[in-house]
Amino acid sequence: MQEFLQQVVSGIASGGIFASLALALVLIYNAMGLVNFAQGEMAMFATFVAYALIENGMSYWIALPLALVLAFAGGVLIQRVVIRPVERAPVLTLVIVTLGLATLINGLAGFVFGYIPRSFPSPFSVQTVSVLGALISFRDLGVIAVSALVLVLIYLLLQRTTLGLAMRAAAHNPDASRLLGVRVSWMLALGWGLASAVGALSGIMVAPILLLEPNMMQTIIIYAFAAAVLGGIESPLGAVVGGLIVGITVNLAGAYLVGGDLQLAVAFLIIVAVLVIKPNGLFGRPSVRRV
Amino acid sequence: MLARVRRAPPRYWLVLVAAVLLIGLPTVVTSFQSSQWNLVLIFTIAIMGLNVLVGYSGQISLGHGAFMALGAYTTAILIARYHVNYLVTIPIAGLVTGAIGFLLGIPALRLSALYLALATFALAVVTPSLIKRPEQLTGGVQGIGLVPQEPPQFAAAAFSTVTGGTQMTSEQWLYYLSLAIAVLLFWVAWNMIRHRPGRAMRAVRDGEVAAAAFGINVAGYKTLAFGMSAFYAGVAGSLYGLATTYVSPDTFPVALSFQLLVGAVLGGLASTVGPLLGGMFVYWLPIVSSQTISDQSWIPEQISSVFVKAGPAVTYGALLILIMIFAPNGVVGLITSGYGALRKRLRGAGERGTGQMPPDPQTG
Amino acid sequence: MARRGPKIAALAVCLVVLAACGGSSGTQTDPGVTSTSIKLGVTIAKSGPAAAYGTIADASLAYFTYLNNTQGGINGRKIEYKIFDDGYNPAQTVPLTHQLVEQETVFAMFGGLGTQPQTAVRDYLNSKKVPQLFVATGATTFMADFSAHPYTIGWQPPYQGESRIYAKDVIANHPNAKIGVLYQNDDYGQDYLKGLTDGLGASASMIKDKESYDVTAADTLSQLSKLKASGADTVFLFTTPGFTIKSLVIITKLGWEPTIYLNSVSNPAVYMGLAASNGAALKNVTSVGYIKDPTDPQWANDDGMKLYKTVIANCSSCNVNNGFNIYGVATAYTMADVLKQAGSNLTRANVMSIAASNLSETNPFLLPGVAVKTTSSDHYPITQEKVITWSSSAWHLQGDLIDEPVS
Repeated sequence: MQEFLQQVVSGIASGGIFASLALALVLIYNAMGLVNFAQGEMAMFATFVAYALIENGMSYWIALPLALVLAFAGGVLIQRVVIRPVERAPVLTLVIVTLGLATLINGLAGFVFGYIPRSFPSPFSVQTVSVLGALISFRDLGVIAVSALVLVLIYLLLQRTTLGLAMRAAAHNPDASRLLGVRVSWMLALGWGLASAVGALSGIMVAPILLLEPNMMQTIIIYAFAAAVLGGIESPLGAVVGGLIVGITVNLAGAYLVGGDLQLAVAFLIIVAVLVIKPNGLFGRPSVRRV
Repeated sequence: MLARVRRAPPRYWLVLVAAVLLIGLPTVVTSFQSSQWNLVLIFTIAIMGLNVLVGYSGQISLGHGAFMALGAYTTAILIARYHVNYLVTIPIAGLVTGAIGFLLGIPALRLSALYLALATFALAVVTPSLIKRPEQLTGGVQGIGLVPQEPPQFAAAAFSTVTGGTQMTSEQWLYYLSLAIAVLLFWVAWNMIRHRPGRAMRAVRDGEVAAAAFGINVAGYKTLAFGMSAFYAGVAGSLYGLATTYVSPDTFPVALSFQLLVGAVLGGLASTVGPLLGGMFVYWLPIVSSQTISDQSWIPEQISSVFVKAGPAVTYGALLILIMIFAPNGVVGLITSGYGALRKRLRGAGERGTGQMPPDPQTG
Repeated sequence: MARRGPKIAALAVCLVVLAACGGSSGTQTDPGVTSTSIKLGVTIAKSGPAAAYGTIADASLAYFTYLNNTQGGINGRKIEYKIFDDGYNPAQTVPLTHQLVEQETVFAMFGGLGTQPQTAVRDYLNSKKVPQLFVATGATTFMADFSAHPYTIGWQPPYQGESRIYAKDVIANHPNAKIGVLYQNDDYGQDYLKGLTDGLGASASMIKDKESYDVTAADTLSQLSKLKASGADTVFLFTTPGFTIKSLVIITKLGWEPTIYLNSVSNPAVYMGLAASNGAALKNVTSVGYIKDPTDPQWANDDGMKLYKTVIANCSSCNVNNGFNIYGVATAYTMADVLKQAGSNLTRANVMSIAASNLSETNPFLLPGVAVKTTSSDHYPITQEKVITWSSSAWHLQGDLIDEPVS
């Protein structure tokens, strides 16, 4: 029982990582109905930028917000330069473009920063606390707490501000929004910027756990996909809950069912099962197919 | 007769020239170069399949490397464990993979393009770890080694006659084998595309509801496209295993699926010669970017070392984005639209269309 | 068309003949050797998941360049070293190796990386009788299967042999240990695990639990939680560098203080430093070493280390503290030594016979006393290692060299 509990708690720790990246995926989906395959790589690159700032003598607490601002600007720039020319193209085109971005950014990071893993500082210590006898570190709790904070901020932005309303309107019905005076294209850019900043925060929080290197997010993105899909891809709350469930499921299945080497296969199964059985996930609204 | 020949559209001449070049190639290049072109043909076959799926039926797969793995392992296991003749294993690999692809096509029906992309991408990432598990069957991480296949008597004799006594190598034979299969599969795809199934698929791609209203079996054609596409990938995988004489989990990384997609997009989705261009591109690009560029003394060291260090990833990524933005119909699209514009200018606007070029895939 | 047939055929023959003859130099030596040069080739990962290893070849190249510039190469022949990137994908290793052999006409392959990629070309190279020298993997198969593959030889201590040293150490120092093993589910992890099980022999029941992970895993939290719960007080990490660092941190995060045995691939001090700065306690950590650690202050005035630093200063893509770089230089030293011994008899058969059966060198980049040695019955170049323990931010050599050949 003690062991089982530890596996659950360990799963929550891993789940926090998946949830933090899934939040960024959800933001892009809300902004333009797209899953950004480059989200993980963008987060990794932003983390490297933060790393470079810290390496050059900047304090962590200045480098962190600066990196987030740079990530925001980078997201807006990518949207303006790369996404805007194809924003009205079919989903297929957009998916291919984000895949291209993912490869490009991964290759660039390898070229600029090399492939040797680096340690990244964290404001949270590795000291552990006991939850009913199972241990979890402050660092893992920190990732979850930051994700929860981001979740609240996103909720407030999307549901409680006019800007959020305009963003959602632009995503759901661009033509009508345009008629109402919403600058749709800039709303998309804003969505990309926000998602990029949220992703960067995720990268900066998880880099001390995963080690910073160009391939840091390459498989995490799959777990984050699973989390977002399970939660219902447009729901920020779903992303966090989904992340935790995926973390726990993957850990328990790895420990007791299929063996630790097939953890990723479990995430894959979650994706397929949810998409086939309940495509709207836990918190998503059913979509109506328009004719 | 002569008049008909003279009136033949230029693309027939192109096909003829290409055929002569492809058939004659191994007699003028080295055995090693034949093996390189063999890999080009293998990629071409896989990309042809992907093209049917993405270009004509409007579905997407980022996991075609997984189908190639299935085909390659089918062949390798049949040869190494059951001593089946390698030629027999090629269609078996295709059919096994095709059947699995067909079955996967059924749940895929329920997914939107975006979700399908997501699920197949995850499949591509998870494939190597899945291969490692059934160790008795797949050899686990050790993989399965194969012996090079010697050319049969008739082919060796013919090659020797044409080249004046040169002995045919395994590489040259496999090249011809892949070429024959590629031509056969091209013919199949070409016929399918021009006839009822192809038209139905394009109708489905351009609007499912409308297609259904015309009595087209939407689900049937979509799963058919999935199965057919997987069949092609399975055959390509089988030939891939034979060509590299070794299959192992690391042979099928997610990058392979990605390469195939790049090839399909670059050559031009929904185009018939696109896959060959795509195959050439995805095979030669990493070699050119890592070898040829660094060998050019006229390129400054600083620039060439960027290409070598950054590897093919940066070039792949950048090209993919540029093509999607500036030439969504790929290289073939660029050429045909350029050619069309030229003709219009030369002969006036009243000229007939350039035959059966498929419509713009962007409408999917 | 029919009239033109013979002409085309004749042209074809010419081209084929040209291509076949173009590479060979026409003297007594084997392909790849001229009076002024010896050409070697390698495929290694410079992109993709294993790109971190690519720097090994750069360091080897730096050593050859150093020899060419300071001594005019070896016996008057400069060494050319052609490096191709195979992305750790066997399907790319195959054509690139064919290219190096058939088109670039290298004399021998040297330092190829990775078990799967090098297995993929082993049969081919042996059938062509092209030496596949000092592959950069400790997979036992590259030395143990010498009779079937006489043109293939490894260099570093085999993973299984290293594990047997750990087994000996556990039995001697922790006879009541309860062992938990974390291993990567590939040849590397499995080879280590087999060596440990074999080495423990009758005491194999000391292994209470073993857990595997795949390279696609996010972390090893679940596996280590399970090992801890199994009651293990001694943990073996048969993991690659990235996962080793993560695992060392996780062990601390689990509030666990087991005795830790760490494989030598992941033990360079740079990685230990990364683990420490990420929060790992690094208590009771044991490993083995055979190569000098560039960050270890005890080698500051060592001649070998000085030479290493001179060599690596000319390698822009190297990092002097990176353990992979001194590995690359050390293997290149052995390679150069073999060519030197071959003298003017630069045939592939002769070089292979020296490398696999008649080697005896003192390599200045290895720990004092570690021999690089092969005989007609021993095809494992390096089998001696020293137990090392981690304390106050550095490795400390313990006891004597232990020789552990794999039988």
